[in-house]
Amino acid sequence: MSPDKITRMANQIATFFATQPDADKAGRVADHLKEFWEPRMLDQLADHLKNGGDGLSPLALDGCKRVLELPA
Amino acid sequence: MKDFILPTRMANGDIDMGTPRSKSTTMVTLKIDGFDVTVPEGTSVMRASAEAGIQVPKLCASDNLEAFGSCRLCVVEIEGRRGTPASCTTPVMDGMIVKTQSSKVKKIRKGVMELYISDHPLDCLTCAANGDCELQDMAGMVGLRDVRYEAVANHFEARNSSGDVNTQFIPKDDSNPYFTYDPAKCIVCSRCVRACEEVQGTFALTITGSGFDSRVSAGAGGDDFMSSDCVSCGACVQACPTATLQEKSVIEMGTPERSVITTCAYCGVGCSFKAELNGDELVRMTPYKHGEANRGHSCVKGRFAWGYANHNDRILNPMIRDKITDPWREVSWDEAINYTATKLRDLQSKHGVKSIGGITSSRCTNEETYLVQKMIRSTFGNNNTDTCARVCHSPTGYGLKTTFGTSAGTQNFDSVEETDVVIIIGANPTDGHPVFASRLKKRLRAGAKLIVIDPRRTDIVKSAHIEAQHHLPLLPGTNVAVLSSIAHVIVTEGLMDEDFIRTRCDWDEFAHYAEFISDPRHSPEATAMLTGVDATELRAAAKLFATGGNGSIYYGLGVTEHSQGSTTVMAIANLAMMTGNLGKNGVGVNPLRGQNNVQGACDMGSFPHELPGYRHVSDDATREVFEAIWGTTIDPEPGLRIPNMLDAAVDGTFKGIYIQGEDILQSDPDTKHVKAGLEAMECVIVHDLFLNETANYAHVFLPGSTFLEKDGTFTNAERRINRVRKVMAPKNGYADWEVTMLLANAMDSGWTYTHPSQIMDEIAATTPGFANVNYEMLETRGSVQWPCNDDKPDGSPIMHIDGFARGKGQFIITEYVATDEKTGPRFPLLLTTGRILSQYNVGAQTRRTENSQWHEEDLLEIHPHDAEVRGIRDGQYVRLASRAGETQLRATITDRVSTGVVYTTFHHPDTQANVITTDYSDWATNCPEYKVTAVQVALSNGPSEWQEEYNEQAEQSRRILPAAE
Repeated sequence: MSPDKITRMANQIATFFATQPDADKAGRVADHLKEFWEPRMLDQLADHLKNGGDGLSPLALDGCKRVLELPA
Repeated sequence: MKDFILPTRMANGDIDMGTPRSKSTTMVTLKIDGFDVTVPEGTSVMRASAEAGIQVPKLCASDNLEAFGSCRLCVVEIEGRRGTPASCTTPVMDGMIVKTQSSKVKKIRKGVMELYISDHPLDCLTCAANGDCELQDMAGMVGLRDVRYEAVANHFEARNSSGDVNTQFIPKDDSNPYFTYDPAKCIVCSRCVRACEEVQGTFALTITGSGFDSRVSAGAGGDDFMSSDCVSCGACVQACPTATLQEKSVIEMGTPERSVITTCAYCGVGCSFKAELNGDELVRMTPYKHGEANRGHSCVKGRFAWGYANHNDRILNPMIRDKITDPWREVSWDEAINYTATKLRDLQSKHGVKSIGGITSSRCTNEETYLVQKMIRSTFGNNNTDTCARVCHSPTGYGLKTTFGTSAGTQNFDSVEETDVVIIIGANPTDGHPVFASRLKKRLRAGAKLIVIDPRRTDIVKSAHIEAQHHLPLLPGTNVAVLSSIAHVIVTEGLMDEDFIRTRCDWDEFAHYAEFISDPRHSPEATAMLTGVDATELRAAAKLFATGGNGSIYYGLGVTEHSQGSTTVMAIANLAMMTGNLGKNGVGVNPLRGQNNVQGACDMGSFPHELPGYRHVSDDATREVFEAIWGTTIDPEPGLRIPNMLDAAVDGTFKGIYIQGEDILQSDPDTKHVKAGLEAMECVIVHDLFLNETANYAHVFLPGSTFLEKDGTFTNAERRINRVRKVMAPKNGYADWEVTMLLANAMDSGWTYTHPSQIMDEIAATTPGFANVNYEMLETRGSVQWPCNDDKPDGSPIMHIDGFARGKGQFIITEYVATDEKTGPRFPLLLTTGRILSQYNVGAQTRRTENSQWHEEDLLEIHPHDAEVRGIRDGQYVRLASRAGETQLRATITDRVSTGVVYTTFHHPDTQANVITTDYSDWATNCPEYKVTAVQVALSNGPSEWQEEYNEQAEQSRRILPAAE
């Protein structure tokens, strides 16, 4: 999957949870990714993050780091 | 294994009680022919007699129509009453004493019959209705032995005895491909006209003239059945007591001698039918009156469009090929299965366990779907299973599970009979779910109010005796904004049901939601600019829904197939909760599911993240339940969804796929991307009836069986589990569940099922909502709605009665987010897609029937203004282009669509509307955004390059070498 597509999908998820009342929004993003994304999609996300994670919104970035167990 | 006894009598419990059942709870006792009978108040004397087992002769009465009282055959004597009242129009009274047989009524009946028969041809032996004719039955029942009248003036002789033309004779109308209208045999009982009005709600038929000149007529003068408004639902044919309206299949094949009750394999309404046969030859399908989804009604697809089952295009032998550029080679089942198993295992050993997967079919049975996901999880050893619900109702699953706790609609279809205000959003029920639409229209004619939220002026907005109170023609992609505005009006004007919210939901959560939704940015005046919906109209609609009594919401793919599909579903759930419209009859959130078993496919664990019963694969306890029975280990990580599989294929990590009964090349968005994904795979297995479009990219073709050729169950949109019964042997040799088992066993699974009932037993043993479901129970009950377990032994027609499945209902903040798919100078119009009545989905079935007479190609609907500025005239070929691709099709100019919006269907591979759609998808579930694509339309100078290349490839790919002997 292209980095653009994976970024768009992660951002869409973050955009939703940004509007929700949860205190831990990044946690909700991470939960959603964990629940629905197959490991190789998470691997692609990890690769994208290694390359700078261009285009990810701040909340998407936080959520991605959380699900990939990377330091915030 | 116990063999189930199939009901085979033609009648199959189909005794006509004469008039509809009364819903009164007050009981009345009367005496009929000396027997005491107790029936609800409002019951007719005719029906009360039938309840007592006494049939009063009748011709114009039928229990699915209101009493009419025209034939005078059902006269009876009632003590203390003058004359001989018609039993169909006379309601019962307490203490009434009725005589259905007396010399007086017998004489009247005989006289009536004599008059009828004097104007009816006596060609019974060669008549298509011979043996299935109520006129014949009644003549016998009243003992008619003699006709004293000479038919001087009559309707049935083309020429009179002196050879002159009989002006009263009207020749047979055989314009409809499925039935004929022969006025010579008509007794003008009006049953067809009443069925068209009361049951179907189309009002295509009428009686013209009066007295001796009364004739049944379709449409206006000069119309025949085909050119009239007739939608060919078959209700009139069903109602006709003679051969006047007769199925062509019966004319051709003769009257059927046995029948089997089964379930339609088209849309999510899941109508019950009687398959009527001679031997193993299907003669006709007639709606089953005890079917609880359809209550004896049908549409043109289920009733008539079953000819595909015998179509020459059906592939009956397995075929393989090494490369998709090779022609197909017919092989034995053994060779095909072993070839496939070896290839799949090789791929796994080279590219890893997760390099293969499969797609379950929403057209196949629950048992078949369960087996496919079981094979993937247990035999393939991964969770790469998905189903077509990914591309239709996956947001319904996510949204309703989040808000209510259950991934399904809340009501049964009967519920519509008690609704007062209906919102239809993103659904076109008269085309997509026609039998439900007829039931809805009946309720609307009785006074229920209607709000339609749809970019198009669909037929339900305005048709015969129906007019929506409010039509909100929103711009595609703005569902959330419109629903939030409706909620804004309800909350800011204090119209919510506070009691319901306090008892059934979390009040603090609601308070937070109320604060969000009360913000002026959600007001109809603020959103009107982006939605295009008039604020005053929206306010009025919101008030009507909140204050009009029982409010129900019915929705379809116009809700789910958006980048905010899941958010829209949750916005719908919010509306139902804030107005207290849940947990009783007449209300609820009702997704109209697309395919016959899409609900079942989801229930059966087709999704990559969920095991049967919607339990996440990461849940240890759930995995253990299945692991114990399957004897294998289940991967705790979610698998790939369909779009992800295609992406992974392009990336080179996904190499093989087993696709049962699904044509992803035609039905999934962004065809070029689907093609690239399929081309990148090394083993594509298509298991289907026909060489569908996906099969052009397949290496193995396994012939499928039709719903007539196997046992199983379908679960419809109301969670109703209904039996599918085998009425003939599979022409391809195996039912689909057997084919899956062959493949799984060739991969060392050691399965031993001998009947689908054993698969259902395994489902019941592993899935709490199905715990008490088994075939024996379905034989007795007919059907049952899940959950069905010790808590709900009779199933659950209405859900969330005392509390939500998740405990408290959850209000979700629904912020509108515009889709990334935006119009601009290059692509200034918005394309939205949908279905038409006569065709179904990718059309693989319906295109192989006479239904194509109603719709032989996909057309592009465009507003007169948009057409004019582009110089497009009606019927001209136009080029439709998006950033994803382009195609050519014919334009039809209509103000059904607003300016700026164009619409088409996706039934025909020649058009392939999905070349145009993009890979944007729902944020939560990846459900594609089919309903919003920015496009440009221009006059065309021929098929697009894509169409030409595609057709050439398809032709090459479909070559079949003769089998080697």
